[in-house]
Amino acid sequence: MSNPVLELVEVRKAFGAEVVLEDISIKVPEHTATVLIGASGSGKSTMLRCINLLELIDDGVIKLDGIDITDVSTNPDEIRRKLGMVFQSFNLFPHMKVLENIILAPMRVHGLGKEEATEKALELLTRFGLREKADQYPDRLSGGQQQRVAIIRSLAVEPRLLLLDEVTSALDPVLVNEVLSTVRDLKDHGMTMVLATHEMGFAKQVADEVCFLERGRIIEWGSPSEMLENPKDPRTQDFLKRVHEAGRL
Amino acid sequence: MSQEVGRSNGGNSGAAPYSFGGEWQPSPIELGRRASRKAKSRRNGLIAALSSLLVLGTLAIVVVTSPGWKVLSATFFDWGYGFEVLPKILTGFFQSNVILTLIAATSVGILGLTIALIRTSRSPALTPFRILATGYVDAFRGIPMLLIILLVGFGIPALQIRGVTNDVFVLGIIAVIITYSAYVAEVIRSGILTVHPSQRAAARSLGLSNFQTLRYVVLPQALRRVTPPLLNDLVALIKDTGLVSILGVTDAIRAAQIETSRTFNYTPYVMAALVFLIVTIPLTRYTDRTLRKSIERQNAQGQA
Repeated sequence: MSNPVLELVEVRKAFGAEVVLEDISIKVPEHTATVLIGASGSGKSTMLRCINLLELIDDGVIKLDGIDITDVSTNPDEIRRKLGMVFQSFNLFPHMKVLENIILAPMRVHGLGKEEATEKALELLTRFGLREKADQYPDRLSGGQQQRVAIIRSLAVEPRLLLLDEVTSALDPVLVNEVLSTVRDLKDHGMTMVLATHEMGFAKQVADEVCFLERGRIIEWGSPSEMLENPKDPRTQDFLKRVHEAGRL
Repeated sequence: MSQEVGRSNGGNSGAAPYSFGGEWQPSPIELGRRASRKAKSRRNGLIAALSSLLVLGTLAIVVVTSPGWKVLSATFFDWGYGFEVLPKILTGFFQSNVILTLIAATSVGILGLTIALIRTSRSPALTPFRILATGYVDAFRGIPMLLIILLVGFGIPALQIRGVTNDVFVLGIIAVIITYSAYVAEVIRSGILTVHPSQRAAARSLGLSNFQTLRYVVLPQALRRVTPPLLNDLVALIKDTGLVSILGVTDAIRAAQIETSRTFNYTPYVMAALVFLIVTIPLTRYTDRTLRKSIERQNAQGQA
């Protein structure tokens, strides 16, 4: 069996005296989705930001395709080229049209010509039903459309791994589905991904593995059916019970 | 009363209360509201006109009936004389103030942007420059521009360094550039700081380098946001170019001063003031418009 696409080994991260990640070890094989669940502040977002090298870890190792990316000699820009990241708050560039948002990185980072980048971007926009929004500015789009554009923007660089950070948390309930079905579509096409989410139903559909985090530690992990229907740890049970009561399952 | 709203089709008793198919007719309630709104705005217009007439009229009467008015209007508003000296003032204005503004504005833009970028950078290699830039801004924002013009204008020639110009025009421009760059650098820096860190994170996560992030994501947004204050500084710059007249540059103000000291009639000053206004008023109007637009745009973004 070849290397997993992503591997975290005993990763630790602290902000000052506050430890936000402790002893985090996961493996994400190719074409699989790992879903991180847990309350707000449990460390899910920090974990994704560490994988993307937006935050420096304080101990442990992160490997991408078997290569240590936390080595001090690695160029973080080069690593980020291979990773796509989608944020809770979309973070589209408001001064650029949808198309410009998407072709920026392919042109400036990957050296594609404008024509080639545009052609690929339009292909992606068409595939996700947003072709007619290409020449609009992001603030003209609904939240769901903006988030789908953000997903397309991260796909345009053909990432090895996609990181999704609570991509539906800032959306109206009616807009959540269009974004989730986009993510499901990616999963069906074999994209390897790590995602943090509060949508348990969705987690059950796309996850190959579910990790429950509490206070920066992985408390329990396993297949979605084990984790979401038969969690063993009382803390996981308690969390899921609260999610259930909030009507999010 | 409220039941009447439903009968929006002209009170036809047989019609359904809510008729979506037919042509919409305003209900009697709405017509009543419109009529009283119209009356109210007519009344407001009348009040505004009356109060303006009263205040401005009183002011005019006080000025015109004051004991010195005759002498004042002869020495300050002698239009015949004013138009006679206008060519000289315009020559000074275009040859000095306008050219000074154009050269200074361009240089200030470049220098101000450079200082702002240095001050916002975090690169360790730039640390000495960061210290220098901070000291520069502190110093030249704190010293009155008139003093800087005097120090540069008289100090640099006094050094008697070979090859360094003694041209007061050039020295005047340099003094203006030094002062305004400090202000503009701070305006641009504040713009850079208002761009949300998540924009940087998004750009970096796409693999853009630090410089590319600045060039394509941060700066375009920052500069757009600070355009109104920068235009404001441009208006101030146009006016402040008049200060170099103290070095003996014959600008619009100096030209007026020469005339005034010849005839002891102050109309040239008034003419010079009008010349400045002709340029600055359209520019301030334009500034107001860009400011309003940028606020509207920010509000629209806030809602999205």
